[in-house]
Amino acid sequence: MLASSYKDEDGHISVSGSGAAAAAGGGSLRNKKPENTAFKQQRLPAWQPILTAGTVLPAFFIIGLIFIPIGIGLYVTSNNIKEIEIDYTGVDMSSPCFNCSQNFSWNSTKSCTCSIPFQLDQPYESNVFMYYGLSNFYQNHRRYVKSRDDSQLNGNEESLRSPSKECEPYARHDNKPIAPCGAIANSMFNDTLELFYNDPNGTKVQVPLTATEIAWWTDKHVKFRNPGGEGSDLAAAFQGTTKPVNWRRPVYELDSDPNNNGFINEDFIVWMRTAALPTFRKLYRIIQRRNNLLPTLPRGNYTLEVVYNYPVRSFEGRKRMILSTISWMGGKNPFLGIAYITVGSICFLLGIVLLIIHHKYGNRNNGADVSH
Amino acid sequence: MTVLKDIPEKWFPVVLPIQKKKKTGFGGKQSKKKRTEEERKVKANDREHNEKFQYASNCIMTSKYNILTFLPVNLFEQFQEVANTYFLFLLILQLIPQISSLSWFTTIVPLALVLSITAVKDATDDYFRHKSDNQVNNRQSQVLIRGSLQNEKWMNVKVGDIIKLENNQFVAADLLLLSSTEPHGLCYIETAELDGETNMKVRQSVSVTAELGDPNNLVSFDGEVVCEPPNNKLDRFCGTLYWHDKKYPLSNQNMLLRGCVLRNTEACYGLVIFAGPDTKLMQNSGRTKFKRTSIDRLMNTLVLWIFGFLVCMGLILAVGNAVWEQEVGSLFQSYLPWDPPVDNFLFSAFLSFWSYIIILNTVVPISLYVSVEVIRLGHSYFINWDRRMFCSQCNTAAEARTTTLNEELGQVEYIFSDKTGTLTQNIMSFNKCSIYGQTYGEVMDTLGKKPKRLDFTPFNPLADPDFRFYDEKLLESVKVGDSHTHEFFRLLSLCHTVMSEEKSEGELVYKAQSPDEGALVTAARNFGFVFRSRTPGTITTTEMGRTVVYSLLAILDFNNIRKRMSVIVRNPEGKIRLYCKGADTVVLERLHSCNQELISITSDHLNEYAADGLRTLALAYRELSEDEWEAWSESHRCADKATDCREDRLAAAYDKIEQDMMLLGATAIEDKLQEGVQETIALLSLANIKIWVLTGDKQETAVNIGYSCKMLTDDMTEVFIISGHTVQSVRQELRRARERMIELSRAKDEGTKGWAEARFMGNGLKDGQEKDGRTGEGSKQLNSPCGDMDNISGEFALIISGHSLAHALEADMESEFVLTACACKAVICCRVTPLQKAQVVELIKKHKNAVTLAIGDGANDVSMIKSAHIGVGISGQEGIQAVLASDYSFAQFRFLQRLLLVHGRWSYLRMCRFLCYFFYKNFAFTMVHFWFGFFCGFSAQTVYDQYFITLYNIVYTSLPVLAMGVFDQDVPDHRSLEYPKLYEPGQLNLLFNKKEFFICIAQGIYTSVVLFFVPYAVLSNATQINGVPLADYQTFAVTTATALVIVVSVQIALDTGFWTIFNHMFVWGSVGSYFTIMFALHSQTLFRIFPNQFHFVGSAQNTLLQPVVWLTIALATAICVVPVLAFRFLKLDLKPQLSDTVRYTQLVRQKRRKPGGRSMGGAWRGTGSVSEGRLGARGGSRRSGYAFSHQEGFGELITSGKNMRLSSLALANFASKHSSSWIETLRRKKNTHTPPNTSGECSPAPSNMSGTGPALSNSSSVLGGSQETSIEEESNTAVELSSSSHPATLEVNESKASAPDSSTSAAATTDSSGGWTLSLETVQETPFDQRGFARASYSSDPPCDARELPHPHTK
Repeated sequence: MLASSYKDEDGHISVSGSGAAAAAGGGSLRNKKPENTAFKQQRLPAWQPILTAGTVLPAFFIIGLIFIPIGIGLYVTSNNIKEIEIDYTGVDMSSPCFNCSQNFSWNSTKSCTCSIPFQLDQPYESNVFMYYGLSNFYQNHRRYVKSRDDSQLNGNEESLRSPSKECEPYARHDNKPIAPCGAIANSMFNDTLELFYNDPNGTKVQVPLTATEIAWWTDKHVKFRNPGGEGSDLAAAFQGTTKPVNWRRPVYELDSDPNNNGFINEDFIVWMRTAALPTFRKLYRIIQRRNNLLPTLPRGNYTLEVVYNYPVRSFEGRKRMILSTISWMGGKNPFLGIAYITVGSICFLLGIVLLIIHHKYGNRNNGADVSH
Repeated sequence: MTVLKDIPEKWFPVVLPIQKKKKTGFGGKQSKKKRTEEERKVKANDREHNEKFQYASNCIMTSKYNILTFLPVNLFEQFQEVANTYFLFLLILQLIPQISSLSWFTTIVPLALVLSITAVKDATDDYFRHKSDNQVNNRQSQVLIRGSLQNEKWMNVKVGDIIKLENNQFVAADLLLLSSTEPHGLCYIETAELDGETNMKVRQSVSVTAELGDPNNLVSFDGEVVCEPPNNKLDRFCGTLYWHDKKYPLSNQNMLLRGCVLRNTEACYGLVIFAGPDTKLMQNSGRTKFKRTSIDRLMNTLVLWIFGFLVCMGLILAVGNAVWEQEVGSLFQSYLPWDPPVDNFLFSAFLSFWSYIIILNTVVPISLYVSVEVIRLGHSYFINWDRRMFCSQCNTAAEARTTTLNEELGQVEYIFSDKTGTLTQNIMSFNKCSIYGQTYGEVMDTLGKKPKRLDFTPFNPLADPDFRFYDEKLLESVKVGDSHTHEFFRLLSLCHTVMSEEKSEGELVYKAQSPDEGALVTAARNFGFVFRSRTPGTITTTEMGRTVVYSLLAILDFNNIRKRMSVIVRNPEGKIRLYCKGADTVVLERLHSCNQELISITSDHLNEYAADGLRTLALAYRELSEDEWEAWSESHRCADKATDCREDRLAAAYDKIEQDMMLLGATAIEDKLQEGVQETIALLSLANIKIWVLTGDKQETAVNIGYSCKMLTDDMTEVFIISGHTVQSVRQELRRARERMIELSRAKDEGTKGWAEARFMGNGLKDGQEKDGRTGEGSKQLNSPCGDMDNISGEFALIISGHSLAHALEADMESEFVLTACACKAVICCRVTPLQKAQVVELIKKHKNAVTLAIGDGANDVSMIKSAHIGVGISGQEGIQAVLASDYSFAQFRFLQRLLLVHGRWSYLRMCRFLCYFFYKNFAFTMVHFWFGFFCGFSAQTVYDQYFITLYNIVYTSLPVLAMGVFDQDVPDHRSLEYPKLYEPGQLNLLFNKKEFFICIAQGIYTSVVLFFVPYAVLSNATQINGVPLADYQTFAVTTATALVIVVSVQIALDTGFWTIFNHMFVWGSVGSYFTIMFALHSQTLFRIFPNQFHFVGSAQNTLLQPVVWLTIALATAICVVPVLAFRFLKLDLKPQLSDTVRYTQLVRQKRRKPGGRSMGGAWRGTGSVSEGRLGARGGSRRSGYAFSHQEGFGELITSGKNMRLSSLALANFASKHSSSWIETLRRKKNTHTPPNTSGECSPAPSNMSGTGPALSNSSSVLGGSQETSIEEESNTAVELSSSSHPATLEVNESKASAPDSSTSAAATTDSSGGWTLSLETVQETPFDQRGFARASYSSDPPCDARELPHPHTK
């Protein structure tokens, strides 16, 4: 380090007078005086906010005054939403689905059906949304989440033939690639739910359920695509692949509608959109409003007919069916309203408390005389 | 990334294969050497012979890499950083698919970025090192090879070579001086680069080799030198030269060390003894230590803690995973079978542990280190750019040479300062003088006008144009011919050891041993008493335009004990006079008792000068009669020839003659302080920074400077001086000092308030106990008498000399020393070696948990600069060594206040705020995963998209916090200089410590809880407007991520106190970039190209179009921010810090639009000046100012004629021949004319003058007249009347006394003021008249002598 440090002989000269040297060198000696810019001299114009009573206290009051009305609005809206939830897992002996839930395995070919009667106390106006809900189902497990091949689902031929390693152990079966591969697809929810309105006059009227428009537009149109392109023969496209182990039908037989079949089957897409939490609900069907004069679902008795295929008892899971109306802010969500009201009130109270503290003990006023 | 500045020692073999073998004792570690060198044998002119020993060559390598080794070595080095290795480890973990919870690029992108930035930086650094190495190594030197001088590069110079050095060349290696062009083998060197002393030193070769002279003879020189192995002792060399079967002892006096510069010597020849890394310079350079700031260390500790925390979280989650897999996962296998290698829950838990380590590692993101470096770099640039730290005289801007220490500048508690060149400019200026009771130089500028600098040129063509003096009265007095004034300056022109060089007529260059002497002789020169040249026996001066040759009879040389020097000269008139100058204490007690009154006046003046921090000297003379001289001369000769106790005898002889002197006056030399030193020191001590001065100078000098820069004041309760030579005495002195302190402070406390003392005592007891616990048993008894040392009230100062310091630094003494020294307000260590400087710094580092800063400008400060936490180099006159070793450099000491109080404070503040926020934001970010773990089966599923995880730290949140870290200001710069107390939080480490860290962490965890559970609660049931549930993973991820980005942005907005355009840009830009990038990554286009990489297609738009999501984000933000806001407001409102208050007042003022800042500043400045006034109050203590950095024996050199150059010698010979004959005649005449005087008589004997020669004849009558007693008495009374005389009255008296001559003298003075343009006749005449005049005025002295005369007789 040190050795590198000798000053050159001529260095001695230049020290003595920069002016002379500069003149002699024809301005070769650069004036090293730093530039006088606001940036370099750290004099940039700046806004210097400071937490004073004049700014903080009003902020609290304003937050309070904004949050409380929003909370009230949300709460009221949420309360106006009608929702009914029916657990059809069949844990209890008394439950209609108890039998179905008991003797079940993935491979049984004969379907087990159970019907659950229920009652709507209020008529459901406008569109009604039918969900199935699962509990204790870990769709958010890391190994589960990654066990898919988005490239395959996007209709990539190569991925169709050789699914990604992520799909293991559901990538190949019987030496054939599985389409769709992976644990998610393999465990697709396959109960069939049907809804019947028990007319007071005794007839059972099936409530028409729409199976489309239940997935994200982007999923349906971008993320999921069948191999072979539009309009081609799905069975041919999927030739050489095999169905997921747990499935009863191959993927190209999910629906009769060619626009809702194969990878772009919306039930499939909905299932593939994994849930964030172990208890979740997924949109199953939409009950469209037919008649503007009549409620979509009038009050009365209904029957839920379930083709019980999906085993959840083994891991202590629960299955539910939910019917819900909707508002501008979505489904029923009491928490948001309450939370807003609470936070708003706390802010407001805090504002008052701080105001009192400030007036009683505030140190701000004598700040002007600073001692050294 | 923190970069290792120097390669750890163990890598030397790898890095520097060449250096390995020459690493002999480099840095003191010799164990690795193959063979420990015990003695060195060097044979001159015999390369083959010397090669056997494999001595290091003269090539110096400070660089670390070459092109080939750069990549592997640099990477290797970088991976020695724990952090980098850690990230590499994480990267490897991620490659295991069962563990990988993140994609590989989340780690590799930042890591690669960091590594490459660091590599580029290292490469640049090393490139410059290469360049400077090459430059040094390729310097040319002339080597005597095979009989002829050949140009060789420095690096090719070998041990045993003989090289030729020319004037002003750097010495290439440690040389044994063989011969020089100067007589007696003398040569002069400047050792500024080595030890910081600017005065020249003399080196002399062994006489046998000195005779060799030129290369032709040197070729055959085959002497062998056997000497000590390489070491770092600059002032010691021990060896023997064997030549022609004879032994010649060698000492340091024969050595030229690398780093010195040859001066005033045409050329010299030297034998290379030590080369390259073995040279004393390199040996002294020590090992560069890698400096870390305390924040760095704290950060590293915290990072370790966080790692611990990380492992804990990993363990918790792994246990959770085990439980979950057993309880739930095993049942869930029908849907989610275990991965193939996993066969039980324990193994799954093990894997899960590592997976969680990977995803939770972002609590300590790699970007932390990068950001810290970037911020420091920014701060360094601000330092470099600061115009207020730019010195326009030397065109030097401040430079932050290290970019890793900035925030530590805000925490400094101890400053160790060099004196010469740091506090002072090392320029001595003749500032004031007191001549015969009249003080000059005190120029009042009541109107604030700058006093006019005196222009000497019309008066004196030989004047030095650089000389500055402002008091016109003195020049008037000279012109008028005041005899005292003339004698005063005559003394200055005669009594010194300065050498002169007159290149052309009138162009005088003085070569002074010490700058003080130079200043005095220059002053005399400008006032008309020009010292022209000297020979061993004569001194030629030009007095008021007339050349006078004095014969030099004796030089009574200076030494430390005598503290004075005298010359005995015989003037052309044949009168013998002793001129003495010396420390006032010494001189004043040797005066004739008739001086009593004058002494008291002069003492007052001396005190005044000393109080102003000037170095003072008292001047006196004595007339000697021929007999006296003869008698003394005999005894002197005896003493000189004595073989035993020569020194003592000489001193006694000197003592004998330096008696009964007549006081002439006193000089006051200003050791010019650098600009603003006083203010800076005052300001820094207001900021609670303790300043220690460590100097190689003498005690007197150091103390004087201490006073002049107001470190020491007369108000101080007591100043302790430790100067013991033995361990016991030092220990005793330290103890005594401490006891005295306690005693005094007790007395003071009792005097003030009883309760305060009680409190002090209480604290003291507690402190004492604490200290006991800390320092261990050994120091217990030490502390017992001084338990309350920390609470000493009253101001004390400690002055310790080098030899005492050596004892004080011994292991068992050091705590005692620290205890005493730290209780003092000011500490001055004088006569310390470079190594001791470093030791003192190390001592404080060891015993006080405080940040130290060392500031210096010379090579002798290098070790201190390197060992202190922060080293500051003054890029001054003393070379560039210190600057190169330093961390910061600038041109003037006063910039230190800005460096510390402005830049340091800001840096510290910014760094602390940065770190607080950084840990906060990463905890807020990462801990969400922890909470999510409980809901996803502890499967190490991330909450966020992997791209978000990659980009969060390097894109979304880095810039706002960087902007804050770089630009934030709590108070503007001038405020922090106005309120030095603002510096205290840094010293107390208040802004970022463990407590603050935990608060940040807690806040981060709180935020993470909110960020997870609010979306959890809201989204689990919420649906989109079209009924699609929002609880899918991707929506949840986007919501949480968005909420996180918004919350941390709001938080940084709250933290930012200084919103420049950049802050706005970065804060808004980050939020904007988050949305932009997210939409881009979730776009269909990217998905279509890489369907397997972008799973989140469409999530952004689907999520962010939902009002519920925004309501959730707003809710989460409010819950996160409101408590912080309330807490901060309360803190600010109830317990505002000083900075808050200052900031607030600033705001109020800005609102009022009043330039109130000025009045504020004025107020402060007012107090400053008040305190200055108080400090400047004259105290009663007298301080000796005799402060020559003098070496003994120079007088001897002069009288022996050894140091006379040939040319000047020849000239002088001629002059002396002439003069000696002249003097001979004088002597003869005197002997015939005058009767022998009584030995006790000290009156000037003008009677001798009567026959001095034809030239004097016309004034002889006047002189004779002045002998008349009546006039003597008359003038005597006149003098007594005007005791504190005004020159005018004196003048009147004198002109009365010399009535017959008054008209001519008046004419002469007027003429002389008009310039030396008179005809030769008048020129000849005028000085004589003046001299006569002077003589006449001198006659005011003798009567008193005459009055005193009877005493010796009566006795």
